[in-house]
Amino acid sequence: MIYPYIIPSILALSAGVYILGLRRAEKVATYSGGLSELHSLPTHYGVFAALCCAMPALLVLVLWMIFEEKVITSMVAGNLPADLLRQSANELTLVINEVKNVAFGGFTATSGNPAIEKAAVAYMAHLTSARNMVSILVVFCSIIPAWFAIKSIGKDLRARNLVEGAVRIVLFACAGVAILTTIGIVFSVMFEALRFFQAVPLTDFLFGLQWSPQIAMRADQAGSSGAFGAVPVLTGTFLIAMIAMLVAIPIGLLAAIYLSEYASSSLRNWAKPALEILAGIPTVVFGFFAALTVAPIIRELGTALGFTVSSESALAAGLIMGIMIIPFVSSLSEDVIHAVPQSMRDGSLALGATHFETIRHVVIPAALPGIVGSILLAVSRAVGETMIVVMAAGLSANLSFNPLATVTTVTVQIVTLLVGDQEFDSPKTLAAFALGLLLFVFTLALNFFALRVVRKYREHYE
Amino acid sequence: MITQPNLLEPGKDLKKRYRTDRWFQRIGITAITLALAFIALLFYKIITEGYTAFIQTKIMLEVDFSEQTFAKENLAAADYPALVKKSLSELFPEVTGRNDKKLLFGLVSSGAAYKLEEMVSANPKIIGTRQKVWVPAASDVDMLMKNKIDRNAPQENRRLQDNQLAWLDNLHNQGKLEKQFNQTFFTSGDSRDPEMAGILGGVKGTFLTLLITLTLAFPIGVAAAIYLEEFAPQNHWTDFIEVNINNLAAVPSIIFGLLGLAVFINFFGLPRSTSIVGGLVLALMTLPTIIIAGRASLKSVPPSIREAALGVGASKMQTVTHHVLPLAMPGMLTGGIIGMARALGETAPLLMIGMVAFIVDIPGAISDPATLLPVQIYLWADSPERGFTEKTSAAIIMLLAFLMTMNSLAIYLRKRFEIKW
Repeated sequence: MIYPYIIPSILALSAGVYILGLRRAEKVATYSGGLSELHSLPTHYGVFAALCCAMPALLVLVLWMIFEEKVITSMVAGNLPADLLRQSANELTLVINEVKNVAFGGFTATSGNPAIEKAAVAYMAHLTSARNMVSILVVFCSIIPAWFAIKSIGKDLRARNLVEGAVRIVLFACAGVAILTTIGIVFSVMFEALRFFQAVPLTDFLFGLQWSPQIAMRADQAGSSGAFGAVPVLTGTFLIAMIAMLVAIPIGLLAAIYLSEYASSSLRNWAKPALEILAGIPTVVFGFFAALTVAPIIRELGTALGFTVSSESALAAGLIMGIMIIPFVSSLSEDVIHAVPQSMRDGSLALGATHFETIRHVVIPAALPGIVGSILLAVSRAVGETMIVVMAAGLSANLSFNPLATVTTVTVQIVTLLVGDQEFDSPKTLAAFALGLLLFVFTLALNFFALRVVRKYREHYE
Repeated sequence: MITQPNLLEPGKDLKKRYRTDRWFQRIGITAITLALAFIALLFYKIITEGYTAFIQTKIMLEVDFSEQTFAKENLAAADYPALVKKSLSELFPEVTGRNDKKLLFGLVSSGAAYKLEEMVSANPKIIGTRQKVWVPAASDVDMLMKNKIDRNAPQENRRLQDNQLAWLDNLHNQGKLEKQFNQTFFTSGDSRDPEMAGILGGVKGTFLTLLITLTLAFPIGVAAAIYLEEFAPQNHWTDFIEVNINNLAAVPSIIFGLLGLAVFINFFGLPRSTSIVGGLVLALMTLPTIIIAGRASLKSVPPSIREAALGVGASKMQTVTHHVLPLAMPGMLTGGIIGMARALGETAPLLMIGMVAFIVDIPGAISDPATLLPVQIYLWADSPERGFTEKTSAAIIMLLAFLMTMNSLAIYLRKRFEIKW
């Protein structure tokens, strides 16, 4: 019955063991002639003993928590009546779920089937006895190593090295979380995408000109497989990203050049943070603004000029996305321009070039690789941006390069396919993961390349 | 081009070159002005659109909490909507037709009945008395009072009928129709009716989610930064981790949503739409930001500090924990707050893990279904009702206010504890 309090009790035990270890180290020190005789500080011995107490116990506990469900379920499932066992795997899961509901639901959840009621009782009994056993095991796993640890404390025990080694392992594990995240992304997206490609051939996905995943409604319906050609989605993505870059590159680059080459330091001091505000505004705000304010303006303007403008035009989404991206272009480019050595500018100015000529013929060529890198990073932002396009761009995948028409993007399709209730074996849901894989690979390549360029460039002038 | 340079007599050419220079400067200023003008326009638009949501139109009803209404034991079972209807009918005894009555009852929000229920359950002594109660008006009435519906438009293009307008004018002249501070907006969760919707659910969900993000991402990020900056050997493995982290920082946020959906929900079986999954996903997303900021601030601690500590006999670990880390902490905190601010504004990954559900209840624990402020904004922005537009803008104002507080805190910390070596 101590299972619910197992973690606090492990912690309390470890605290006690810490004090015991500390005392023992001090005692050893007094017998062997002062603290300086010890290899490590007394606290190191204490922490060493406490770690020996807590680590094995927590390990056992975590292992049990991971496997508890499986162990108990298999124990209960083995004892189910034969007619329930003869069912398919899916139905068996349902039965097990019902057993659990009855077991945990208390008096409110009852089942008509006496076999299930019995199984539920057995489930609870197994769970309680197993948990009691695990609790005892955990306590043993903490006391025995702790006892050995305290016994081993002597003036020659290298407790500090052991403790620091353990801390180092923890630090390393934390750094490894980043790797695990990447692996997790690659595997989760890849796994579902591969299942998608079993249903839809890769060539159809990459080169198909028709995207309409929504028609897969009923199995017997005509055209129930849907059409999963990603080309219109990709062209839509690039159309919007291109409009965004047409806004962001000139404004961002000119702002960066002006701020780093012409502006007085006082202007720079307030204009730079002011531009950074754009980077801090949540994208959902930009999306709301694009859909509510910008799209109607563009529509009215276009209609007044005699064009037919869709109310979810690529132009509105692209424009706002471009504005969102300005600070990404400007702040990175400014860093890069700033890194160009002053001596190069001085040399050019001394030869009689004007400021503009210096910028055009000396500074920009010198900073070009870095600027290209920053633009590539901005492109990857634009391609992966979600909320603006979800709120301001359309859903229908038109293969069109007309900025006034409705187009859709990869991110919009992922969101529409995955929001709401979904089944995980239909190509419709899995298509989202295939698109996600495409997006991930594309942005990863872009980022990798851009970061390398920027890094190379920095090393060049350092 | 430049043919015969003569410094004493600058030719036309030189003037032209200087003119180009000035033009270039002007273009640069224009670019900056354009960007800043956009920010100003955005803020102007959001604030002018949203400030009206902080006030709300209310109607004063005289409700007769007669004892026969509460004859049953259970107070919640009483017919509160009927009470509202009765008192409205008392106000306008001349309205008799079935259709007209429906129009009349439509003036008051359906939330009025809940308001009465709250009053009774808070203070059962009012049963048997007549009380003057301010109840929220319907959203259309609210829009009319805020001049967001044109009352001069022809009746068929208007959400309110002519006779409804007449009743409202009548109420207004009696002082029974007023705009008051909108408390509901701050104290209730989401609702299908704009006049009853509030942001408390979103705020609380955001708080719970960010709490998980912070407790996971900050310690892990700091530990990873310490390892990479202080302990990692210079080899390919370390290079790989570093490139990896830089790339992760630039991965689109929606991909993290896919990860959360596939790993946390499908594989580990955590419940959908809950703060715990949202917090985990956002923690993974902000981790690279925190690691990069942490490394930068560790790098800024001068090597002499480390050398001095090592020189007097401290171990590498003692050097880091006793000397380097405390000096780098302000920078790490700043990075942490900036990471949290990014997480606060994030919407896309949350859509993937089902946090877009319509949730009325205010979440109390991390395993409750919750919605977050940015997602609430997205949901309201999608609603067709006119009344939700101002709510969306008001929620954006609140979100921007939170963000500004966090960023100002980061700037303050940086200014206050920044050490110039």
